[in-house]
Amino acid sequence: MAHGPSQNFFSRWLFSTNHKDIGTLYLWFSFAMFLLGGFFAMVIRAELFQPGMQLIKPEFFVQMTTMHGLVMVFGAIMPAFVGLANWMIPMMIGAPDMALPRMNNLSFWILPFAFTMLTATLFMEGGGPNFGWTFYAPLSTTYAPDTVNYFIFGVHMMGASSIMGSINIIATVMNMRAPGMTYMKMPLFVWTWVITAFLLVAVMPVLAGAVTMMLMDINFGTSFFDAAGGGDPVLFQHVFWFFGHPEVYIIILPAFGVVSQIIPTFSRKPLFGYSSMVYATASIAFLSFIVWAHHMFTVGMPIAGELYFMYATMLIAVPTGVKVFNWITTMYKGALTFETPMLFSIAFVILFTFGGFTGMMLSIAAADTQYHDTYFVVAHFHYVMVAGAVFSGTAAVYYWLPKWCGRMYDETMGKVQFWIAFIAFNITFMPQHFLGLAGMPRRYSDYGLQFADWNMVSSIGAFLYGGAQLLFLYNVIRTIGWGKPIDDPQVWEGAVGLEWTVPTPAPFHTFSTPPVVK
Amino acid sequence: MMKRAKALFLGLLSPSSLLLAGSVSAESATRQLNMPRGVTEVSQAAYDIHMIMIWICTVIGVLVFGFMFYVMYAHRKSRGVTAANFHENLVVEILWTIIPALILIVMAVPATTALLKVYDTGNPDIDIKVTGYQWKWQYEYIGEGVKFMSELRTSQDEIYGRAPKGEHYLREVTQPLVIPTNKKVRFLITGNDVIHSWWVPDFGVKRDAVPGLFTAAWAKTDQPGTYVGECTELCGLGHAFMPVVVEVKEEAEYEEWLAGKKEEAALYASTIGKQWTFDELMVKGEEVYGRSCAGCHQANGEGIAGVFPALKDSPIALGPAEGHIGILIEGVAGSSMQSFAEQLSEVEIAAVVHYERNAWGNDVGDIVQPIDVLNFKQSQ
Ligand code: HEM
Ligand SMILES: [Cu+2]
Repeated sequence: MAHGPSQNFFSRWLFSTNHKDIGTLYLWFSFAMFLLGGFFAMVIRAELFQPGMQLIKPEFFVQMTTMHGLVMVFGAIMPAFVGLANWMIPMMIGAPDMALPRMNNLSFWILPFAFTMLTATLFMEGGGPNFGWTFYAPLSTTYAPDTVNYFIFGVHMMGASSIMGSINIIATVMNMRAPGMTYMKMPLFVWTWVITAFLLVAVMPVLAGAVTMMLMDINFGTSFFDAAGGGDPVLFQHVFWFFGHPEVYIIILPAFGVVSQIIPTFSRKPLFGYSSMVYATASIAFLSFIVWAHHMFTVGMPIAGELYFMYATMLIAVPTGVKVFNWITTMYKGALTFETPMLFSIAFVILFTFGGFTGMMLSIAAADTQYHDTYFVVAHFHYVMVAGAVFSGTAAVYYWLPKWCGRMYDETMGKVQFWIAFIAFNITFMPQHFLGLAGMPRRYSDYGLQFADWNMVSSIGAFLYGGAQLLFLYNVIRTIGWGKPIDDPQVWEGAVGLEWTVPTPAPFHTFSTPPVVK
Repeated sequence: MMKRAKALFLGLLSPSSLLLAGSVSAESATRQLNMPRGVTEVSQAAYDIHMIMIWICTVIGVLVFGFMFYVMYAHRKSRGVTAANFHENLVVEILWTIIPALILIVMAVPATTALLKVYDTGNPDIDIKVTGYQWKWQYEYIGEGVKFMSELRTSQDEIYGRAPKGEHYLREVTQPLVIPTNKKVRFLITGNDVIHSWWVPDFGVKRDAVPGLFTAAWAKTDQPGTYVGECTELCGLGHAFMPVVVEVKEEAEYEEWLAGKKEEAALYASTIGKQWTFDELMVKGEEVYGRSCAGCHQANGEGIAGVFPALKDSPIALGPAEGHIGILIEGVAGSSMQSFAEQLSEVEIAAVVHYERNAWGNDVGDIVQPIDVLNFKQSQ
């Protein structure tokens, strides 16, 4: 039997090469970032509670919207799924660890430094990044505060971390599957992550290219994005969205994987249409590369380009629909129970589909002329990213936590958290559709009186939603410390897969000798 | 209050309530839940396809979620069911791939016609150049010699809660854009500094104002009235404070307005020669300062440490007048201090320079005349 974790706290966590410990680090880091990004969101919603500037100045407001977006996307959601991948992929494919354990350690430990630096800019002269998470030039170049250089460095670090994490996942899945674990037997979570990892390897360098061009424009006199020097600000948007659109699928594909594990378990029935799920995921990933300019419908592209990007975007609805139908058909004629992970997964299906509907509306270029850069878009992407990625991440934690720590969480508290989160989420974001349609642009620090009512409703919802996260934190800590011990390897009655064959709690090393999959 | 609350809850019900709320009137503006239908062919095309999409999504949603809720009710373990074991069915899988694809093809037809309308910018009767500045709009009637800035009129006091907010809070400008009814007006949109975006919902016009690039949009309407829009591309800290207001006037009225504008332009040219008194310049200067400078340098002239320099006690404000005028005319490269040469008239520049040199305890005491500004410009 291999040895256990180091007894020294620092050497255990700083030098760890164990996929479970690194997974844990990723998950705690991402939760910390989730709270930080959430705090920024609370500041935003508090300022928008009423018309007028009450609490902060406009220049700080734009820093808050920018940091909220950056921290949530790059600090909270992405690392959360890398953490889940670290914990679960080796256990799901019967591997003893990740293929490249030292790189695994490095790819994690880059992140705290990147985000400390990014956050520190808020306290520097000139303030933090104030150009939106999409950082369009020339606002982010010629007109940016000097701290933009820290931002650029931070993005490079996160990119390096993501690329290393992805290469590790690809290498693990390609080389370390247990005998008999063919590709088409892999759990869907593994499949969605491999595809995500390929997306990451493909587009993170593009993002790095974009920020490097910015760096050159700002410090070395080039004019990639400066019209006065022969460059083109629109070029920035093309490069950014060539990264940015795949990025939104990088966020959602692992979430698809999570719910594809959970729904069959609590339906006590195998996933419907496994192979079509795999093909749908692959087609979504492919399509995500060829639709980027749907974020630029108002930038004045030639009509041929506009038509092309409109048709291509509409196509995404087809594989996305297939996934939704498969999940629902998995539930059909099952024997359903509604534990907390299942509740979050069902809410995921409903609310994500709703976000898909607004996505289809946004894809219609002529209508997008009206929606673009309003709260309608804000509502759209929070339905897919919060009710999508965050709900599924929460579901994943509740689903696998008993396996991780050998203790059961408090079901009642989980359900209470679910209902508060579900209701508060909708109170927050449903009215934002109305605000956007009625004409309220996004990233506004102040607004006309006609938008007052819904903004107040939305802010109240947001505070509630924020509160629900504290309950989540409490429930997780309580479980780890004082939860009811369990030792059933399977944990859930309907759970199937290699991760449920190892003892509960999962020992430090699993599958030191590979299992055989029939 | 009760009425409002009721409207709020109505909104949560269904697309049919969206429909009811779609009609615009000033009174119901606070309850508007849906996209406005607007007053141009383009905005109406956008609205129509928007409604088609809402209904398609509603029907699909009712079917899909209806089935899902049925399953959640009927196939729950607590009712004693046992789980089936099937996991594929080629026929339904093909069907639910093909049917959505067909729906999409059907949707693509109206989506394409609507987009063609947006792009139908040829053969305009009037061309207006729209330029986005941090944080105001400039309108130029091409070929008419008429050009002016349109800035937020809401006071800082209202924004910061030191005065009650007026009815048109953040929806009022110093000078609205004026266009005639029944003429095809083409907007040629560009940006001066960063990217802005010019949006008038009731026209269905939203086009980015990109520095170095022109984008085109158009509007033609037979309905006179005032239409309010916004800047929709993040352009810095004043992003929320540069609304768009367009007044559509009957043709004759428009012609009269335009003639008046031309006269004004001529008159303005003549005021440059006038000798202004110290106090006249202070009054005028304070007004210009409040509009164009206080956003960054603050009403008290103290700026924001590390971001916007203070003018109070600044060496430039206390130094020779040419240097001070020069900064306004040339701007400071690479900072948000832009050139005001095109935005402010000679009179305004003279007045504001004079004001900055003699306000908040600055006491240079000299008088800067419009002619000095003109001379400076010509000596360049
Ligand atoms: C049926 C699928 C989807 C379609 C057709 C779709 C379509 C669109 C379109 C056309 C826009 C641009 C709107 C605008 O700026 O005017 C948009 C924005 C956005 N979408 Fe989606 N979307 C879909 C699903 C998703 C998913 C799954 C995610 C992520 C989890 C996502 C995240 C976003 C984000 C973050 C933005 C806004 C980016 C920004 O400007 O900051 N979308 N979507
Ligand atoms: Cu996209």
